Amino acid sequence: MPVATTEAASAARLNSPQDLASLRDSILAQRDPNQQEVIVCYGTGCLASGAQQVEAALKKSLAKAGIDAKVRPLIKTTGCRGFCSRGPLVVIQPQGLFYQKVSAADADEIVDSTLVNGQVVERLLYKDLQTGEAIAREEDIPFYKLQHRVVLGRIGTIDPTDINDTIAAGGYQALAKALYQMTPEQVVSEVERSGLRGRGGAGFPTGRKWKSALAAIKKKGYPAYVVVNGDEGDPGAFMDCMVMEGDPHAVLEGLILGAYALGAHQGYMYVRAEYPVAIKHLTIAMDQARALGLLGKNILGSGFDFDVQINRGAGAFVCGESTALFTSIEGRAGEPKPKYVRSVEEGLWGRPTVLNNVESWANIAQIIEKGGEWYASLGVPHSTGTKVFSLVGKVNNVGLVEVPMGTPLVHIIEDIGGGVPGGEPFKAVQTGGPSGGCLPYDMRDVAVDFDSLTKAGSMMGSGGMIVMDKRDCVVDVARYFLRFLEEESCGKCVPCRLGLTRMREILDGFSRGVGSEKDIEDLVSLAQAVQDGALCALGGSAPNPVLTTLKYFKDEYLAHINEKRCPAGVCKDLITYGIDADKCTGCMTCARQCPQNAITGEKKKPHVINQELCIRCGICMESCKFGAVNVA
Amino acid sequence: MINMVIDGRQVQAQTGWTVLETARQHGIHIPTLCYHEAVEPSGACRLCVVEIGDETWSKVVISCMYPVAEGLNVKTDSPRVRNVRRWILEMLLAECPASPELRALAAEYGVKTTRFESHNPEEQCILCGLCVRVCREVVGVSAISTVGRGVHKKIGSPYEVAADACVACGSCVTVCPTGAMSARLDAIRGAGAGRVAEKGGK
Ligand SMILES: Cc1cc2nc3c(=O)[nH]c(=O)nc-3n(C[C@H](O)[C@H](O)[C@H](O)COP(=O)(O)O)c2cc1C
Ligand code: SF4
Ligand code: SF4
Ligand code: FES
Ligand code: FES
Repeated sequence: MPVATTEAASAARLNSPQDLASLRDSILAQRDPNQQEVIVCYGTGCLASGAQQVEAALKKSLAKAGIDAKVRPLIKTTGCRGFCSRGPLVVIQPQGLFYQKVSAADADEIVDSTLVNGQVVERLLYKDLQTGEAIAREEDIPFYKLQHRVVLGRIGTIDPTDINDTIAAGGYQALAKALYQMTPEQVVSEVERSGLRGRGGAGFPTGRKWKSALAAIKKKGYPAYVVVNGDEGDPGAFMDCMVMEGDPHAVLEGLILGAYALGAHQGYMYVRAEYPVAIKHLTIAMDQARALGLLGKNILGSGFDFDVQINRGAGAFVCGESTALFTSIEGRAGEPKPKYVRSVEEGLWGRPTVLNNVESWANIAQIIEKGGEWYASLGVPHSTGTKVFSLVGKVNNVGLVEVPMGTPLVHIIEDIGGGVPGGEPFKAVQTGGPSGGCLPYDMRDVAVDFDSLTKAGSMMGSGGMIVMDKRDCVVDVARYFLRFLEEESCGKCVPCRLGLTRMREILDGFSRGVGSEKDIEDLVSLAQAVQDGALCALGGSAPNPVLTTLKYFKDEYLAHINEKRCPAGVCKDLITYGIDADKCTGCMTCARQCPQNAITGEKKKPHVINQELCIRCGICMESCKFGAVNVA
Repeated sequence: MINMVIDGRQVQAQTGWTVLETARQHGIHIPTLCYHEAVEPSGACRLCVVEIGDETWSKVVISCMYPVAEGLNVKTDSPRVRNVRRWILEMLLAECPASPELRALAAEYGVKTTRFESHNPEEQCILCGLCVRVCREVVGVSAISTVGRGVHKKIGSPYEVAADACVACGSCVTVCPTGAMSARLDAIRGAGAGRVAEKGGK
């Protein structure tokens, strides 16, 4: 099917793998690999820091420069590049120049220097954290160089709203291969061989799940449903969001492959309602795929029918739990049900159902295309492949990173993440979100894979990593996560509905210096009762932060209750702010900033804080340029 | 016929039975609050927990919903089971200090006091949901439902307006394990409530 233009191609249905191949050839034929391309990151982070204005300014500058239409650089917007803390980001291809913190005012210079004259704009380059040296190319920046991007591979290079870009990058090749060269059972075997374990938290082997679904379908004679879990609700986690926004076709192709493997004709994508861009991009992707015959009736002329519908999440964290998610799709309140019958047998509407996480689905096409063995060669034996982590907290390079499973924790935090601002070692890191655990610096060499993290008392969860430094109090952290889950509890079962509040109340006491070692004992015993007794994993894993902080930071707990002291200087009832008379220059900044007017002193003379008036908000400490305010 | 072990005793069960049904059949007592033969189990109170497995691997499950299986080894009074029960009862005592039924049950399992402060001395409802289920599944009118979610959850009529749907049958009062339903019926049915409480309450 020779096609003249990509526009014409988009309208025509593809009826065979050959059609897909010729469409791809024709798209590539129209592209000059040496043509300059200006890529503006349109991820949520960069949009928030002004990417739209940057793009508009770049367009204007280009027009002003009057660059010949034929060689005019193309402006492309893509999904999140993962380095949101440096946004807005602009990348110039084919050189791979990486410009960070770009503003609309930089547009003229980028166009004149780089696009017209081929020069680098030094001041927009990333500076190495240690050497201060400017690094011009994206791939040389440690944050990117040390990653291994599989799931995130296409994100940042493709326009997620244009299926041609995905097809040019090799999209839907796996689907063509499966439909025409593989039986459904072979697809399942390939996934099994890959060793892929679910990325949504529990780490259940995906191939095994699919295999038991196949058995259930045979037994019951019903077709199955395939479902994408895009409810991502952990605070600080945004990896699934990034995948759905930045490469929606990866999720869709994975789902169609799963549907083919399991003989499903209907699929659902359950997407968090707070992700409108993800929903939009998935919808566009589905529409474009349908128009090309990659979704819907008679996919790629193979005779296989499958379609998908998007469901907006009901806005509750617990709706990400499999049984609650099903009841929510069925149109009822999302409450978990005891699952002594597995959902591969009785899931959505009582039918065999395969539910997988966004990132799990997004791995499938590459597994089918490159083979399960290739995938299994990445990572470590029982945790194969790569995993995306969202690195947040007290770390220089806040962002999304993808590394092979089994990478040491310290490598992610210090080498890729650039360590704690200021250079001191991190104190702890919370992995696995609110249901995960808190690991101390001493455990920094732990391999980040499912089993090692569990052995250390934490868990992989969906891939959140919150880095803490010495100014973070573990009692406060444990309280924070408990309070989050307390609010998110569906209230159905007693251990969670009452237990989380009661645990938090004990911790509230500790943060005020009230408590005894008997209270710590009770807390642990209650935590175990909640772990054992709760109906679903929300309650069942909620005690993890409390138990791991108690395991690794017991002294800090004891300091609160025995010495009435918060070593991190966080728990308001246990701290006092003071001003070091030797360091105070009497600049009066703190006195002006204090909302309580608690700080007095003459100009150029040391200031003092009136403890009666002080509410311990810490504003003085933040405002002092001379480090004269301390907390004890 | 399925052969299994409960508390070291060899027992037999029918396919499709739950652990609780099997235990009761053999005179082994497991405490329950949200279970009732008349309605679908919901697994809310978790009081009926048992431990299954052996020395190398075990897990705590609820007996009212866990299906029996050949060779299953069940402990109804292991340390883990006792710990779950103890804390559930201690928390419920603080939640529903006004329920004599609950106090008696707790005492039976050795829980006589609670370390937790009570938020409402009048409260009797443990939110087991039996009233809601019996009204929906047996009576078929759905005059009662839970309102709110999570820690704010309560039993009320749908959307907390007096429910004209209530037929004053008293089923909810009968199934309620704590006596809470007779107390709160006024709020739900208004005028008809007195009648129901007389008929079904104690
Ligand atoms: C409270 C709770 C919330 C969850 N939220 C999510 C979620 O947002 N996304 C997700 O993929 N899995 C979530 N899960 C895990 C799912 O229940 C399920 O295990 C997962 O979607 C299966 O897919 P996987 O095998 O690909 O990981 C949650 C589980 C619990 C208990
Ligand atoms: S553990 Fe919490 S969220 Fe899960 S069913 Fe029980 S109350 Fe609901
Ligand atoms: S009123 Fe009684 S039956 Fe209804 S939820 Fe409360 S305790 Fe259970
Ligand atoms: S949004 Fe641009 S890097 Fe994340
Ligand atoms: S009786 Fe089994 S959970 Fe309540």
